[in-house]
Amino acid sequence: MNFWTNLIEQIINGLRTGSIYALIALGYTMVYGIAQMINFAHGDVIMVGAYALYVFSINMSLPPVAAVPLTIAVCGVLGILMEKVAYKPLRKAPRLAVLITAIGMSFLLQSGSLLIFGATPIPFASILPAGAVSLGGISISVTSLITMAVTVVIMIGLTLFVNKTKAGRAMRAVSEDSDAAGLMGINVNKTISMTFAIGSALAAVAGILYICQYESLKPTMGALPGIKAFVAAVLGGIGSIPGAMLGGIVLGLIESLSKAYISTRLSDAIVFGVLVVVLLVKPSGLLGKNRTEKV
Amino acid sequence: MKRLTDNKSSWLGNGVKLLLILVIYGCVMVVIDGQLVGRQMLSLIVPICINIILAVSLNLATGFLGELTLGHAGFMSIGAYTGALITLNANMPEPAALAVGLAAGGLMAALFGLIIGVPVLRLKGDYLAIVTLAFGEIIKSVINSLSITNGAQGLSGISTLTNYRHFTIVFILTVVTVVLISNLVRSRHGRVICSVRDNEIAAEATGVPVSKVKIMAFVISAFFAGIAGVIYAHNVGILKPTNFDYNKSIEILVIVVLGGMGSIRGSIIAAILITVLPEILRGADDLRMLLYSVVLIAMMLFNHSKIKERINDKLEQRKKSRKEA
Repeated sequence: MNFWTNLIEQIINGLRTGSIYALIALGYTMVYGIAQMINFAHGDVIMVGAYALYVFSINMSLPPVAAVPLTIAVCGVLGILMEKVAYKPLRKAPRLAVLITAIGMSFLLQSGSLLIFGATPIPFASILPAGAVSLGGISISVTSLITMAVTVVIMIGLTLFVNKTKAGRAMRAVSEDSDAAGLMGINVNKTISMTFAIGSALAAVAGILYICQYESLKPTMGALPGIKAFVAAVLGGIGSIPGAMLGGIVLGLIESLSKAYISTRLSDAIVFGVLVVVLLVKPSGLLGKNRTEKV
Repeated sequence: MKRLTDNKSSWLGNGVKLLLILVIYGCVMVVIDGQLVGRQMLSLIVPICINIILAVSLNLATGFLGELTLGHAGFMSIGAYTGALITLNANMPEPAALAVGLAAGGLMAALFGLIIGVPVLRLKGDYLAIVTLAFGEIIKSVINSLSITNGAQGLSGISTLTNYRHFTIVFILTVVTVVLISNLVRSRHGRVICSVRDNEIAAEATGVPVSKVKIMAFVISAFFAGIAGVIYAHNVGILKPTNFDYNKSIEILVIVVLGGMGSIRGSIIAAILITVLPEILRGADDLRMLLYSVVLIAMMLFNHSKIKERINDKLEQRKKSRKEA
């Protein structure tokens, strides 16, 4: 009995962390699909979102109903700006150059917030209601429930958006072949900007959920979830939206179970080990498409 | 006939370089012996050499081989811990222990380079960068949890056998690294390495054993990172896993990018700049990271901008007109 309750609680923990990873991974995967680049700075958008929420809800004491949309908007604009300033001029450059620029961007965001907010972690009280729901001897915190519910709603919404709307079709077209999409009258630049904005907005949501869980802010807080979400995106097959969702959940479960049953200290090593194994065995990921190399 | 003059000029060039090395060595020794600068500056001399070794070795993997690796600090930490554990535990006279430590540190890092490189170098570009980053983190967290490395407390009391009072040995190691790598790059092997960077498929089609070449360059790069780690350990005397995090790898990458990928001379100059600059801008330590990031972005944007193209065109035109005149 005890073992089973414990296991179920760990699985719920895993699902909660996994949903956050999935939200972040969606941003990686969408940007990769459309711009063929890994946005290294994506993890730091989470951090910007967290700080933005802090500024809006504590410094400006806005209610969550106003603070949350503002936070999402700030991150969306940040995503567009990043793309315009740093990535757009390098669209035809070698990938190494783009990757190094993205690393630079990530460092810029981190050191910028270090200058503004300092290195000491800022405590932050969750904006979500505390408390737990008890279900047959298993208690689930309200934060977990809200996190999972928000993630499910966003995933459904995003899937509908990408598959059913005109803008979503434009996104798919650009990621298939941006030149041809341009010839068919799709505004490629606008579509890419939109993708960055959506990805960053999702990262903002992830950032909000993340600090409601960990209740502390520091400039490097985005790095680790960022890298792990990247692992999730690769695990699911980078470029594939359902893959990112699946990868995030699977990774969250792996992390939570290895923390509980193997070792807390080595759990990061295990997560990265998963990445290495996946890339070596099936580099295209669980749901990714295989791409053949052409001369 | 042409070949003869080429040889002659390269001999002359080598003579000048040797002279330059001796002059630099002499100047630094005079500065150290005469205490011409403050302690703060003296303590920078060895870090400069360490960064030169790190940057030149990373340049081999990133600039010449064209594979972005973000785990260089991981190899450095393996070398550092191996070397430190040997000098801490060996019953040998200190110089001998240091020599063994250097060799073992380098070889251990090279061994890990091999273990990691064989599977990882099958990947390309972005994936390779991420996986090397992941390996750097794995190495860090394993060192953090082992008892022989004393976990998060780290090792302390390592005798400072390579601090600025022992500049000669550090200088020799740095020069040897630079000479070995620049000769390697100019040799047949070096041209093969560059061919893999420029066009992997074409290189493979002309019979270059691509995976072998990649692993060779990667292992050599890891070896020298390990050597730099040993020097680092015996310069500061204290080792902690957090010294070798992702930021350290990025710092080395900034040096390589600033100096120019595929330019050894550039790496050396940039290593000196990046080590000395924060010391001059003291008090603005937070600004240092900001500066690094701006340098990275600006260098990349500039390198691929139209301004750079125009400058290059102008330079070439000038060269042509000079030849014609």
